[in-house]
Amino acid sequence: MTAQATDTAVRTSIVVEAPQELAFDVFTKEMASWWPRDHHILEGELAEMVFELEEGGRIYDVGVDGSICRWARVLVFQPPECLVISWDITPDWKLQTDLDKTSEVEFRFLPEDREHTRVELEHRHLDRHGGGWEGMRDAVGSPDGWNRSLRALRERTDEVGANR
Amino acid sequence: MTTYQLDGLSALGDGTRRAIFERLAAGPHSVGELAAQLPVSRPAVSQHLKVLKEAGLVGDRADGTRRVYHVNPEGVAALRAYLDRFWNQALAGFKEAVEQRPKEKK
Repeated sequence: MTAQATDTAVRTSIVVEAPQELAFDVFTKEMASWWPRDHHILEGELAEMVFELEEGGRIYDVGVDGSICRWARVLVFQPPECLVISWDITPDWKLQTDLDKTSEVEFRFLPEDREHTRVELEHRHLDRHGGGWEGMRDAVGSPDGWNRSLRALRERTDEVGANR
Repeated sequence: MTTYQLDGLSALGDGTRRAIFERLAAGPHSVGELAAQLPVSRPAVSQHLKVLKEAGLVGDRADGTRRVYHVNPEGVAALRAYLDRFWNQALAGFKEAVEQRPKEKK
């Protein structure tokens, strides 16, 4: 796994042992099976994640209480090669309703051979989330803001780091 | 710019710097306050803050006779560092999930 970044984007990639189509299917249809559990913007517990498999579709979280949070728009849907979604989430992990302040994430599924697929990711236009970062500043002081994500992140990165 | 950005991303790879960054994410702190909360000396905290500042993740300002540090709210560096870690974690989860699937198409 390698990571690098340009000015307003983050890029990373990973090679998985799976054919291209399977990789794309698990990525989209079974998103809940791999998405970091603590990274949802629902108030309550997550029941399921729904990925609408078409351009113009949405990705949304459904809470056990029935609440729904549509946090991404499907901008490009070209199975099994390419996927672009919007990132309608603020830096402090809340729903962004001002679409001018959303970024986008492109995923490319590139066959390495019959059994391996490289997934390339680019999360770009991060500057659109806005200068000033007032929202983040407010949120980072709250127990449910950045802190919680960072704590969960630290636990996971420690696990990942220990296995490297 | 590349060197600067790689510094930004790798800056949070250190456990102590991550702990310092998390505390600053909760609110501004001085070197002394940070040292009191962490099992590291003041000079060590200062050194870590210098790295975080050079990476664009934190800023500082004078408050009377002391210097107070805060997460840099202006730059994209902090968000980028955060999302870089997030996506690497998410993709590692994806790799695990997809490789646990029975191989249907051999």
